[in-house]
Amino acid sequence: MGKPTRVTNRIRALRFAAGEMTQADLADRVGVTRQTIIAIEQGRYSPSLEMAFQIARVFGVPLDDVFQYPDSEGTSP
Amino acid sequence: MPYEEKVTWVGLVVAVVVPVAYFAIMLGRLRDVSAADISYQRPLLIAIGASVVLTIVGTIVMSIGTGISAELRGRSAADEIDRKDERDVRISRHGDLIGFYVSAVGMVGVLALTMLEYEYFWIASALYLSFVVGTLVAAAVKIASYHRGF
Repeated sequence: MGKPTRVTNRIRALRFAAGEMTQADLADRVGVTRQTIIAIEQGRYSPSLEMAFQIARVFGVPLDDVFQYPDSEGTSP
Repeated sequence: MPYEEKVTWVGLVVAVVVPVAYFAIMLGRLRDVSAADISYQRPLLIAIGASVVLTIVGTIVMSIGTGISAELRGRSAADEIDRKDERDVRISRHGDLIGFYVSAVGMVGVLALTMLEYEYFWIASALYLSFVVGTLVAAAVKIASYHRGF
């Protein structure tokens, strides 16, 4: 609980690029609650790999266009 | 607020109200009767039964309210109530696990009371309190997880 995720995402930008899709619309299409979409967007929840793929599929983009994981300092990708 | 969080709130309120009423009544009776003679069985069973009934009734009332609110916003009531996703499940498991650990610690206290041959009233009360505190902690962890991130 409370441990911030290092996974970042572009869901907000992708929603606006997709005709200003609302969080509720995205939640309906993925089959989750709106609060879960909000938590993911704000980086308070890391979705499962399956949910991540479902979100990417809604926007019609590859997974790493939606979610990114920054390299640790001193390590190579 | 997600439906599952509302369910947790119902459980939390019931887990506070019923035990507080039970212990207020029973500790009040201890002024007149010794722990060895106090009749705790019936009140304790009523408290447990009341918790079950109030949780069911509270959940039904909350569900009706959620459904009406969803319909007023132009959303499907059934969809709003049925929708439980992986985050709900993870938060629920996490809260229940922490609650279990708390109850388990309480059980050690119950075991100690038993070994020290305390009156049945104190043993039963400690057992009930362990479950109650475990339930409260589980609910609090779930609500905190919904708000602070999970």
